This record gives sequence, C-alpha cells and structure tokens, in this order.
Amino acid sequence: MSIDRAAGVSPAPERRNGGPSARRWIFVVPVLVFAAVAAGFYAGLGLNPTILPSALIDEEAPKFDLPPLPGQERGFASADLKGHVSLVNTFASWCGPCRLEHPVLNALASAKRVPIYGINYKDAPDAAKKWLDGLGNPYTRIGADDGRVGIDWGVYGVPETFVIDKAGRIRYKHVGPLTQADMDRKILPLLAQLEK
Amino acid sequence: MIAEIGHFGLVLALCVAVLQATLPLAGAARGDAALVALARPAAVAQFLFIATAFSALMYAYAISDFSLANVAANSNSAKPLIYKLSGVWSNHEGSMVLWVFMLGLFGAAVAVFGRNLPPGLRARVLAVQAMIGVGFLLFILFTSNPFLRLVPAPPDGNGLNPILQDRGLAFHPPCLYLGYVGFSISFCFAVAALIEGRVDPAWARWVRPWTLAAWVALTIGIAMGSWWAYYTLGWGGWWYWDPVENASFMPWLVGTALLHSAIVVEKREALKTWTILLAIVTFSLSLIGTFLVRSGVLTSVHAFAVDPARGVFILFLLTAYTGGAFLLFAIRAPSLAGGGLFAPISREGGLLLNNLLLATAAATVLLGTLYPLFLDVVSGEKVSVGPPFFNLTFIPIMLPLLVAMAVGPMLPWKRGDLWAALGRLKLAMALAGAAMLLTLVLAGVHSIGAACALAIAAWLFVATVVEFCERVRLFSAPFSGVFRRAVRLPRAAWGMSFAHAGMAVTVAGIAGSTAWTTESIVDARPGQSFPIAGYTVALDAVNEVKRSDHTATRADMRLLKDGVLVTEMHPEKRFYAVENGAATDVAIRTNLIADLYAVVGDPDGKGGYTLRLYHNPLVPWIWLGAAAMAFGGLVSLTDRRHRVGAPSRRRREAMAEAVQAAE
Repeated sequence: MSIDRAAGVSPAPERRNGGPSARRWIFVVPVLVFAAVAAGFYAGLGLNPTILPSALIDEEAPKFDLPPLPGQERGFASADLKGHVSLVNTFASWCGPCRLEHPVLNALASAKRVPIYGINYKDAPDAAKKWLDGLGNPYTRIGADDGRVGIDWGVYGVPETFVIDKAGRIRYKHVGPLTQADMDRKILPLLAQLEK
Repeated sequence: MIAEIGHFGLVLALCVAVLQATLPLAGAARGDAALVALARPAAVAQFLFIATAFSALMYAYAISDFSLANVAANSNSAKPLIYKLSGVWSNHEGSMVLWVFMLGLFGAAVAVFGRNLPPGLRARVLAVQAMIGVGFLLFILFTSNPFLRLVPAPPDGNGLNPILQDRGLAFHPPCLYLGYVGFSISFCFAVAALIEGRVDPAWARWVRPWTLAAWVALTIGIAMGSWWAYYTLGWGGWWYWDPVENASFMPWLVGTALLHSAIVVEKREALKTWTILLAIVTFSLSLIGTFLVRSGVLTSVHAFAVDPARGVFILFLLTAYTGGAFLLFAIRAPSLAGGGLFAPISREGGLLLNNLLLATAAATVLLGTLYPLFLDVVSGEKVSVGPPFFNLTFIPIMLPLLVAMAVGPMLPWKRGDLWAALGRLKLAMALAGAAMLLTLVLAGVHSIGAACALAIAAWLFVATVVEFCERVRLFSAPFSGVFRRAVRLPRAAWGMSFAHAGMAVTVAGIAGSTAWTTESIVDARPGQSFPIAGYTVALDAVNEVKRSDHTATRADMRLLKDGVLVTEMHPEKRFYAVENGAATDVAIRTNLIADLYAVVGDPDGKGGYTLRLYHNPLVPWIWLGAAAMAFGGLVSLTDRRHRVGAPSRRRREAMAEAVQAAE
C-alpha cells in the first residue's frame, strides 16, 4: 500500500443493477443539479434583496383594505396614506428580528414624528395582539394581512419598512430590522426632506 | 510593521499552497516519492504562515491599531480585551482569515497525525486541500484584505455591534468554522479516493475521525449559537430557521449521515459511492453557507456587508470545488466497485434509512432556504419562507428517524430480526407509553403534540440505555464482569450511546419548550411583585450603572418560591454610546429542568419599566443533549481503531491485548 494505489483505477467497472448506461447516468445527476443551483446563484447575485424592485419605487403604494386585529376598531387601507408622510412597517409575532427593531419604532412613535402604519404579516391575530400588548404598540393603524397584500408590496421577509410621501408614493424601502442608526442616518433625514 | 508581516504571511502561505496543490499530485500520479513526500512539510509550512497572519491580526486588535481599516471599523479602545479579540472574527475580512486558519490547521493535522496513511493517498488529500487553500487565500488577498492601512489613522474605532459582545458568541464562530472547514478533510479524502479510483474499508476508517472531529465542533458551534440567541435576543426563542442558521444546520445533517454511512463502508464495503457523494455534499453545503452569508443574495440578520465582487468570487470558488468534485464523481464513481444489495432489516439497512431520512431533511431545509432566491430569479416574485414551512416539513421527516434510531443499534449486521429487536424494546415501549400518559394527565389533552414528542424521546433514551446495558450484560451477569466489559467496550459504542441519548434529551427539551413556555409581560414599578409559574418575582429597584463602554439599566429582583428566597436576579438593558446600539442582558435562573428568564425593558416615563418574565420548561435540555452528543463524538474519536498513532504502536497494543486475553 503506497503510491502504487495511484494505478489502482479498476479498468472494468462492475455492472450490477440495471444496465451499464442506466447506472452511469445516475452519477451525472449531482453535477447537473449543482449546475442548476450555481446558475440560480449567479442570477441571484444580480438581484439585491435589500433594494426595492425598481417597479415599485416612486410608484403609488398598492391598493388594499386590510381588516383590523381583534379588539381594534379600524384596519388599515391605502386611503389612509394620502396627504402626509408616513412609515409602513411589516411585522409578525413569529419574527425574531421584529423584536429587535420594536424599541426603535416605539421611540419614533413616542416622538410623534410621523404616523407608523403596521401590516401584520401572516400572523395569528391573537398572537399579534398579545405581542403588542406586551411590547407596546407604536402603530397608528394596523391591518391584518394573510399574505396577499404583502405580495403586492413586494414583501420578501419581515420586518420591512417603507417610507411613503405625501402623495402616497413609496419612496424608500428598508429590509430587515431597523436599528437606531438606520433611523437616525436614513429614515429621519428622508422624512425631513419629504415633509418640505 | 506587524500588520505587514501578517500580510506577507498570507502571500507566503499562498505560494506554499500553490506548490502543495500541484507537486504532490504530480508525484503521486508518476510515482515520484520525493514529490509525494513534499506534501507534509508543505502543509505544515502553509499552516505556520497562515498562523503568522492570524496572530498579526489578533495582535492588531489587541493593541487597538486603528491604522488598520479593519480594526478601526470593528473595534474600539474601550472594549474589554476578550471582545477586542473576538472582534477579529466579527467581520467579513477577519472571519475569512479565521476560515483559512482552520483550513491550514486541519491540513497540518493530517500531515502530522496521518502517519498511518499511505503516502500516495495522504499526498492527494493534502494537495486537494491546498487547492481549497489557494482559492480562499486569493479571495482574501484580492477582495477582503484585513491588513489594509487607513491614512490618517482615526483616534478611535467604530466599535463592535453590542449584541455580539458576549462570551458565548466570542467562541461560537471559531467552533462553527472548525466544523465547516473540518468537513473539507472529508471532501479531500473523497476527491482523493475518486482520483485513485479506490474506496475500501481502510479508507472509511481513515476518513471517519476527521469527519467526527468536524461534526463535534459543528455540533458545539450550532448549540452555542442557539444558546446565544436564547439568552441574548431576550424573548426566549432559540431557533429561527434564519437562512444562516440553516446554512450551518444543513452540513450538520448531511455530516451526520456521512458519519453513519462511513460505518457501512468500513464494516460491509457497501454504500461506497453514496458515502463519497455525502462527503462532497457536506463540504459543499459548508461552502454554500459561506456564499449565502457573504454574497448578499439572501437577507438575514447574520449577513456580512454586501459586496457583489466578493459574491462572484465565492461563487466561482464554489463552482470550481463542488462542480469539479461532482464532475470527477460522474466520471469516476461508476467504476468504484459496488457493494451489492443487502437486507432491509439489518444494521446496514437501518443506517441506510438514517441516511435517506437525514438527506431528505437536509434537502427540505435547502429548498426552504433557497426557494425565495430562485423564485425571485425565475419570476421576480418575492416571498419569504418562515418557520411554518420548516415546522411542517422538517419535523415529519425527523420523527420516523428518531423512532428508527432506537431500533437500528439493536439490529445485527447482514440480517436482522425486527420482531426480536422490538422484543428487546418492550421496556422502552412501556416507558414511552408512560411518558405519554403522564404528560397528558399532567399537562392536559391539548398537549398531545408535546406528549408524542416526549414519548419518542423517552423511547429513544430508554432504548439507548437498554442497548448499552445489554452490551455490558448489566443485570444478566456478575457485576465484576460488567465493569470489565464496560471498560473493554469499544469507545465508539460508548460514543454512540452518549450521542443517541443526548439526541433524546434534546428532543425532549425542544418539545417541552415549544409546548409549555409561559410568558408574562408586565409594566412594573419598584416594590411590586408578580407571579409566574408558581414563583413570585419581586422587583426591588432599577438603577442606572455606568461602565467603561456602556451604561446599563439594571434591575434588582428577587425570585421567591412560597415566600422563600430562591435567588436574586439582575437583568440589564445596556446602551453602548460608541456603537449607538443597545443589548439585552437576560437574567436566567435554571434548575436544569426549567429556566426562569427575566428581561428588563424600556422605562414607561412614569417610573415603571416593562418586565418580561418567562418560565421555560425543559429548555436547558436542548443544550444538555447537544453537549452529550458532542461528548459522545469526542469519546468515539478516541476509539482504538481511529487512534492515529504510528502503526507500530497499534501493533504493540494489539499484542498486549492478545497477551492479556490469553492470561
């Protein structure tokens, strides 16, 4: 047993199950599957999940009318967005990162800077209510979404936060939890600019 | 100056890796012993050069050398030393250096401890490993150099994300990388075997300890990560099915399958091409994880800064290594002698079932992780795949695996008798039934899911214990003999028992924590008390505490049971001025059966604070079980048949044993 193992490529492959060609084909499957996955990755590199699809930016927010969470009187509809600058935030009680950003939203809400609207995304209404009761409710209005409105908004994952201008157009989209730094450096300057 | 030495170390390591990737391979092909012999010193030299670079970076962080852009962006002079050092791998560039450091470490370990390997095989393994080294060293030097200078140097650094400033997390990435990168050795053994066109029981025996070592490290790494999430993120959750968590979990699943299929190759010379495939897939999933985290194709709380150039580079490396290995597999694997058919009811049949279920589970997780990306590519539609998908698909695959896991070790090789095995599992069945009934009685009928999961956990745990007792003939032979048999029992058998029992404990922990966590969120003022799960939590005071790099809102709480003090608890909310970020320091009181978990939140402006209190039954078992699994892996690693000493020593031991047996 030494280097001559190198020459040990057996010249006659064993052919047991199925025909020789059937057996050979199976071994090509992994490389084909991988090629497809790699091609998908390559195409995916051109996309940036943290940027709003260009189709939606500066467009009017999609039309919707969402029902309220239990115990609340009003839901959230696209008509609510007209006439003022606002934030629309998607959240869910099952979403870990949402917990991280929640204090940031609470802080903004207590500063009474702009209304924050919530889209409660694919959530159990009771769980969402319990969540808000416990962590505080920074939202002016909340609509419960089974996922359909989220698709119109291009929601990729929760949390996502949209900045809406006075005309009801989407001007900015933040993907992932908002940190205080994001708020101070991006969101607040943009709000000030849009309010002019 | 030190930083330049580090940079130079990476360049030298690259040069050595290029030589190591080519000459020994040519030597092995042409039978040139001198070139073959080059592999070992080259692997050691490559490691030493990378270690120089890694040490230089650690040093720059330790002395807060802010003239390095990387240090300035990720550290701060007010940090405690441990977080300065862990800052090295908190960012993309530094963690890549850690990555190649681990790669070099494993290469050097094969060179030093792999003395019993045939020189040709060893040369090929090390050459393939050097190819991986070349790619990643180039990646660091061209796209992610941590030794770039900043002129002029800033007076202080930006600091480290507060939630990363944690003792557990300081060691989580090194363990994880030890696991990820450790699987590169299995990959290299697989590619070397394909080049040689030969897989035999000896090959399986050689590859197993390396796979096992990587598996142990990955087990610890994943467990530490989820434990960190549990006590840092502040709401009692410990697993999120986040893309990056999945990226570490998929290699673990396939690596677990690989560990088991390698046994079949070793004992029965079957499942050879399957085992080779698993070895390639395991490391490829590690590489895919690296790609997903660092290319920005998926959003995740874990993702590093996005840079498309890096994404293209890593995708190129992934394609070269995985694509190349699969291509080699397509060409060479058909010529590897197949092991033929075997009976479904047998040890190897059980191991095959284990493999099929683990592979399916990994494929499910891969699908859920990549689906949003691929749908976006194909249709432009954006979706998210969350815990509901994974709970619905992953758990139904794991349950039969856990049930079968109890039976497999009871079956003999070649041909087993299922009824006989089940007969030996009467006790396990009875206790599983008892666990289910007890759960339903104590927790109510609505806990049916948890009751089933606990029954399965009890079934697996008892079966594992029974199997172990039968092996050492506890209760059926005199006790002195039991002790002797327990000592003589192969360490791998000990390891299996620990690991399988640990799995049962983890499953029980998951079931308990999912079903019975109670949560109480209250607006509290100092002086008030709150009941939770039979305890009382009294909030005495809330103070502001100033420390070197943060200010903390610190609550003084007492935990009482029937009016008697159990312990004091001090949860904190910390604010870090430099980083402009906050972190939660949870107070946890555990009695190893349940955790009492307290979080202090924001003030309400009227003298009150939001308190969140959780009672998390069985949660500690999740990590106790994981620790038992990792410990089992370590014990198995010391098994005589894997011991990596010189052959002469092995022979001496065998001789001593024979003498002993004769006495």
